Order: sequence, then C-alpha cells, then structure tokens
Amino acid sequence: MLVIHCPYCGDRPELEFSHGGQAHVIRPKDPSQATDAQWAEFLYLRKNTRGLFAERWRHVRGCGRFFNAIRDTTTDQFVVTYRAGEQPPASVVGGAL
Amino acid sequence: MQKFSAWSLLKEAFGGHQGWKTQWRRAEPKAEYDAVIIGGGGHGLGTAYYLAAEHGLTNIAVIEKGWIGGGNTGRNTTIIRSNYLFNESAHLYDHSLKMWKDLSQVLNYNTMFSPRGVMMLAHTVHDTQVIKRHVHANRGNGVDNEWLSPEEAKAFCPILNIEKNIRYPVLGAALQRRGGVARHDTVAWGYARAADALGVDIIENCEVTGMIKNAHGAIEGIETSRGVIRAKKVGVVAAGNTSVVMGYAGIQLPLESYPLQALVSEPVKPLMPCVVMSNTIHAYMSQSDKGELVIGAGTDAYNSYTQRGALHISSHTLESICELFPMVRRLKMLRNWGGIVDTTPDRSPIIAKTPVKGLYVNCGWGTGGFKATPGSAHVFAHTIAHDEPHPINAPFTVERFEEGNLIDEAAAAAVAH
Repeated sequence: MLVIHCPYCGDRPELEFSHGGQAHVIRPKDPSQATDAQWAEFLYLRKNTRGLFAERWRHVRGCGRFFNAIRDTTTDQFVVTYRAGEQPPASVVGGAL
Repeated sequence: MQKFSAWSLLKEAFGGHQGWKTQWRRAEPKAEYDAVIIGGGGHGLGTAYYLAAEHGLTNIAVIEKGWIGGGNTGRNTTIIRSNYLFNESAHLYDHSLKMWKDLSQVLNYNTMFSPRGVMMLAHTVHDTQVIKRHVHANRGNGVDNEWLSPEEAKAFCPILNIEKNIRYPVLGAALQRRGGVARHDTVAWGYARAADALGVDIIENCEVTGMIKNAHGAIEGIETSRGVIRAKKVGVVAAGNTSVVMGYAGIQLPLESYPLQALVSEPVKPLMPCVVMSNTIHAYMSQSDKGELVIGAGTDAYNSYTQRGALHISSHTLESICELFPMVRRLKMLRNWGGIVDTTPDRSPIIAKTPVKGLYVNCGWGTGGFKATPGSAHVFAHTIAHDEPHPINAPFTVERFEEGNLIDEAAAAAVAH
C-alpha cells in the first residue's frame, strides 16, 4: 500500500484516498463551440505516461480535498504532491508535463 | 515442424524422447519484412499465424520486448466466455469462443481448452436484474446463457456457499456452459510454433524504440534495440504498453494502463468443477489441472506500469473467496503477480486502422483479453491483410469515441472494473 502525502494533512495510507485520474485536464472554454474532436480529447484522451505522471488524488476519508501529485508510474514513487490549482514545481518536472 | 500425434509420441519414446526439436527457431531480425507485428503475446502471435495461414503473408516478423507469452498471456486467469451484453461484443467474443473449440486441432498443439461452464453470481437485486438482462440479450444473439436459482448454482458448483447469513448472499447465477478455461502458455506457444512453421520470424528480446514514417506520413519501418526493421505494414498489439509504442508514431489513444492481479493457491485434489465469477464482490476462481485454485482480483485504483498490485486489493478478493467458498479458508496462497492491462473508456477493445497509413492497432482489451485471443487475432490479421476491417471488428474503431458510438460494456459490464 502506498503512503501518500496529502498537502493538507501529511502522510496517510493509500486507503484514505481515491484516485482522480490525470491532472490539469482543461474543460473546453466555450463548450458550445468545441468540436467533437475537442470533446473526445477532453473526455477520453489521457497521457497514460510511462514515467513521471501528473495526477489528481482526493483525500476522501480525510480532509476531503483534491490535490495533485507527480508519481513515477514505473515505480509508483511519489516525487511531489501539491495543492489543486497550483502548477507542478518546474524543478521536478522540467516542463515535461 | 514435428507433428504431435500418438505415432510421433511412440516413435520418440523409443528414442528416449531425445529427438524432440525446439518448437520455434530463434530468428534474427532481417532488414525488411512485408509486415511486422509488435508484441509477442497470444494476440500478436495469433495475428502472425492467421496472416501466414489465411492471407499468404509469410515474410513477416513478430517483435517481442521480453519473451513469448511473458506478459498478460502468461499472467491471466484464463477464463473464456462470450456472454457480453451488446451485439458488437457478443459477435466478437463468440467468434473467438467458436474458434477455441478446435484450436488444439488447428495448431496441432494442446491448448487444454476445457468448456466446463462459467457461472456469474448475483448478490443484489440490481445484480439479478442486470444478469437476467444479459441472459436475454445473449440468447437473442445466439449465445448460450441461462439463469440458475441459488440451489441450481450450488448443484453445479457444490463448494459454493448459498447460506443467507453472509454479507452478500447468492441470489442466483447466470451460467454459460460453453465457457471455460484453457492453458494460457500453450496458446502463445502453439501460435508461435504454428506461425514459425509457416516461415514467420519470432524475434524475442527486441524492444521497439521508434517508428519510421515516409514523407507522406505512411509507415516505413520501426527502430528497435536490434536495429532498424523496414516494413510497409506494422500491427501494434502491445497490451499495457500500447500507449508508449503508439506514441512513437505520434498517436495518442484513449487508453489507461492499470495493474491487475491474480493469485494461485497450493495445489489440492479436484474440488471445483467450473469457473465462478462474482462481479459485485470481485472474486473469480477456477481450479487448474495441477490442482491450484486460480483466483483473479481487481485492478489497482491508479494507472501504473509496475506489473504488481497492492496487497489490500488481493486481500479484499481473498475475503470474498473465503466467504463464498468456506472450505478453501485454510489454503495457503503460493504466488501472486500482476499484469498491466490497457483499458478504454467504454471497456471495449480497439481493433482498427489508424490515421497513419500502414499502421494498425489491436488494444484496449482491459481485464479480459485472453478469452478473445483467437478471434481477435483472426479479425486483426484480416484488417492488416486487406487494409479493411473484418465485419466483426468494424465497430471497434478509435473514431467511435469522437462519434459517440461507444460499445459501452463498462456500464453494462458483466464484470466490474
């Protein structure tokens, strides 16, 4: 089981969290103008990165808040967690995300 | 190829079984092939076999990063069934189930297909309604499936606990008698041997590191850890690593890769005559010919490429198993392991052409690709050979996500995901 660092509560076991999929997926700004391809991209296309991956977690059985994390999907090691609405620290991801 | 028969067994017995040759050549990559298949699992090797056997393409190669059948083909719980809800899925999976019946004869290799019946349990009113809907839809599609009462279910699988005092009592079950299990390794080995006999090069320990396109954007070949291989047609059947391989061609697919776990117990005498699946409480069990109980667990909650799963996921499954089959409570688990499954948003596969000319993809089998191996390979070979999908896989495009024509087994699922 993973130990996940909630930016609000600290280190907690994985069972307290639910996974929220890829982070920083942006909903089309003007939904009525978005094409089918843009909708499909927003709804279905995910990076599925092998390596450093930015994802959302929710501390559902804790503070209840969403936050973001960078995890290496080849080892499941967390590099960093940061609050929702923030961008990942550039030093960690080097603009790769 | 040395044919297996009663006569050849007898002949080799007189020679002390010293005369058997390796089952397939250890091929070196050539500079160019007519077609290259990336991924040496059951689906990839099967595709190569049908390309050679049915479409006359013998100058082809299967490229495998590790060893043959070392991925999900050798890691799954070998359940075979075709009782899917939607017409498109029912046709695809039943095409495969029909091919399982004589696969051993076709390949001259014993795949140990055992149609011992697959029983799916209902534990809630909702389950009962969903499963009965499946039974009716299946029968409308000519796929056998029948509803059993708890007593009938217990008669079919005597070790099943149908007491009312457990957390999720058994309210009934759907039984597909034509379903069952097969020996997973032999499927990869059988296809590899048969394809090799037709001239297909099977190249192990060769990782794809890039794709080469020409000025018009069509595929021209692949870069590998053992050099460049040119080919006008490339089929990608890379399961959990499909996103990575397709990324080399600049194509992003609606896939997410998750670890899925399985376990086996210590071997015991025969106690379970069928396969039992429970979607609601996430427990799948059958008994192998060696006597081990083969148990399937759920996927982890997050995408990963680690080929292992979290312990709490398998513990959860074992709790369910112990409640459903109290007599197995004191058995020890011998091994558990994980495979990386590529899931699509609607939990149906993608078997299709791609926007890159000459590049084809067969992926998204998620948690249940083993059962589809022969059918999937058969229609994918057709797609590659004719540059057109077979009528059976025509609905399984990438474009369906843009068009909204989902084949939504995720919502309808006979299994929870």
